[in-house]
Amino acid sequence: MTTRIDTRFAELKKAGRAAFVTYVMAGDPDLTTSLNIVKALPKAGADVIELGIPFTDPMADGPSIQAAGLRALKNGMTLKKTLELVRDFRKDDNVTPLVLMGYYNPIYIYGVDKFLADAKTAGVDGLIIVDLPPEEDEELCIPALKAGLNFIRLATPTTDDKRLPAVLANTSGFVYYVSIAGITGAAAADANAVGEAVARIKRHTKLPICVGFGIRTPEAARAIAEKANGSVVGTALVDALKNSLDADGHATGKTVNAVAELTAALAQGVKGAQQAAE
Amino acid sequence: MNVVKPNSYRSGPDERGHFGIFGGRFVAETLMPLILDLEKAYTEAKADPAFQAEMNGYLKNYVGRPSPLYFAERLTEHLGGAKIYLKREELNHTGSHKVNNVLGQIMLARRMGKKRIIAETGAGQHGVATATLCARFGLECIVYMGAVDVERQQPNVIRMEMLGATVVPVQSGTRTLKDAMNEALRDWVTNVHNTFYCIGTVAGPHPYPTLVRDFQSIIGNETKVQMQEIEGRLPDSLVACIGGGSNAMGLFHPFLDDSTVEIFGVEAAGHGLTQLHAASIAGGRPGVLHGNRTYLLMDADGQIQDAHSISAGLDYPGIGPEHSWLHEIGRVNYLSATDDEALAAFQLLSKLEGIIPALEPAHAIAKVMELAPKRTKDHLMVVNLSGRGDKDVPQVGDILRGKSK
Repeated sequence: MTTRIDTRFAELKKAGRAAFVTYVMAGDPDLTTSLNIVKALPKAGADVIELGIPFTDPMADGPSIQAAGLRALKNGMTLKKTLELVRDFRKDDNVTPLVLMGYYNPIYIYGVDKFLADAKTAGVDGLIIVDLPPEEDEELCIPALKAGLNFIRLATPTTDDKRLPAVLANTSGFVYYVSIAGITGAAAADANAVGEAVARIKRHTKLPICVGFGIRTPEAARAIAEKANGSVVGTALVDALKNSLDADGHATGKTVNAVAELTAALAQGVKGAQQAAE
Repeated sequence: MNVVKPNSYRSGPDERGHFGIFGGRFVAETLMPLILDLEKAYTEAKADPAFQAEMNGYLKNYVGRPSPLYFAERLTEHLGGAKIYLKREELNHTGSHKVNNVLGQIMLARRMGKKRIIAETGAGQHGVATATLCARFGLECIVYMGAVDVERQQPNVIRMEMLGATVVPVQSGTRTLKDAMNEALRDWVTNVHNTFYCIGTVAGPHPYPTLVRDFQSIIGNETKVQMQEIEGRLPDSLVACIGGGSNAMGLFHPFLDDSTVEIFGVEAAGHGLTQLHAASIAGGRPGVLHGNRTYLLMDADGQIQDAHSISAGLDYPGIGPEHSWLHEIGRVNYLSATDDEALAAFQLLSKLEGIIPALEPAHAIAKVMELAPKRTKDHLMVVNLSGRGDKDVPQVGDILRGKSK
């Protein structure tokens, strides 16, 4: 089974460049604006979209993404509406891979089987669920793979060679390497250390490896794109969105453009990268 | 409920940390290797007689154990039913049962070579116990505490700072215990290489619910021996308050297979179960938060709801996973007491026995006031007096003065 993610990474490999992966929070600051942002991302140069599922207690996220989730929840965002957003996005775009990223509880409460069926129908390609390590694969990972969705695992600086095979065993689509031990939006990653880590993971898998956490600028996105198969940027986009809001936290005429412009600049950075030899 | 009764209620969890469907290891990958290390270190420590011997020394001479099992004569007379015994955990060094667990975890941290200790705290009792043992063993101590709790539990904040700890007021979310735990987890993910997370209750990812339970089981084990010495038999019932549920699990666990012993856990019903409260079993359902599956307060979308209790130590929208399991299989009866009931019990125990309880065990006393009169005079009821009320005196004083106006 080939998903949009597999197709996209095969195309990028052929084109000899790394992927630019963007993260935004579903429903931030409201459903309509959020849909317009997601629609604008591919046009601005995003190769893969990660869409955050809002959650009250995001224990691996820094203040920016915590606040983004709370803005969305305050305006009535739910997992059901997140899937509606994906369905609306798919009306105009049937090629850009879209991955939902979040925490397990909203999915568990929605019902795993129903969620997987609805997500597949809506046009979701993969899942990144922060609080489901391989030790809990039976919860969602195995059912997701059976339902035809990619389950993208996080590997971290604490995932040693002994543990990597277990982490990679049921991973599909791509591997998300978390460049620092820490939360989203924290200190910048060192490109050389990232290069070593990517080389280490590549000894265990043929999957593309995208790197995130701590990448904020076109320069940093380029440096990482030279060492990996993709650069992921989240907090910087969420911050650009937040800075465009009015004093009450509502979207303004500038909001969609603020995210699109930064996306375009970051995409230029990634596209300027010299791809490392495979 | 259609659940098969196990041969023993004390054999859990399984090797993956599950009590029935509850428990587990729902954490970010960054933490997984450390959690596996902790499990290994704990298994080794348990098998090491030197570890137990060293701990016993500190429990006796530093904590002041065993804590007395005290016959509450005037409370018994007043209620006119069951013979009520108080397990005096409030007499421990630092003023609550929390120190039993912290001592065990700090000794584990030392075995694992970790020099930086983080903790979350609600009422501040776990924070004070952690700050105390970090001072004793020369370890760096950072305590995360919701900003709301920092306000209402000032005496404990001052104590922690005097003991050399850094208290970080948490401004995110509802600014109470659940947010303190989120922030502690964020710290842990960031500083995983040198940091030991000293969790204060029987919750979190496996192996925490098990190791905290084991360290707290000294409460029930002592009670069993003491009751045998005083009355020559087992107690007939046990009562304890529950936030996360560590004092309750410590008292209950050694008695779970004694089928004649009735067991009651008391959750915080806040303003009442139809309003703001912190009773996860009475008002919640199973979900996944803070590393484990357990009963949680949440909305239809799986978003965690705000808990409310007059007691900062019970103000948490979840409960330890083993309690969720004991509820589902029906071994423990879970009740709840409101803020007002707890306040009444707080005053009653103070006036009748000269013991000012913490607001947390005042919830247990509140249910003793209902349960004891319905039982015969030869019924032996043990209530865990898990903490002393010094920390609550300013808050309760304000409330009572406000009410008497």
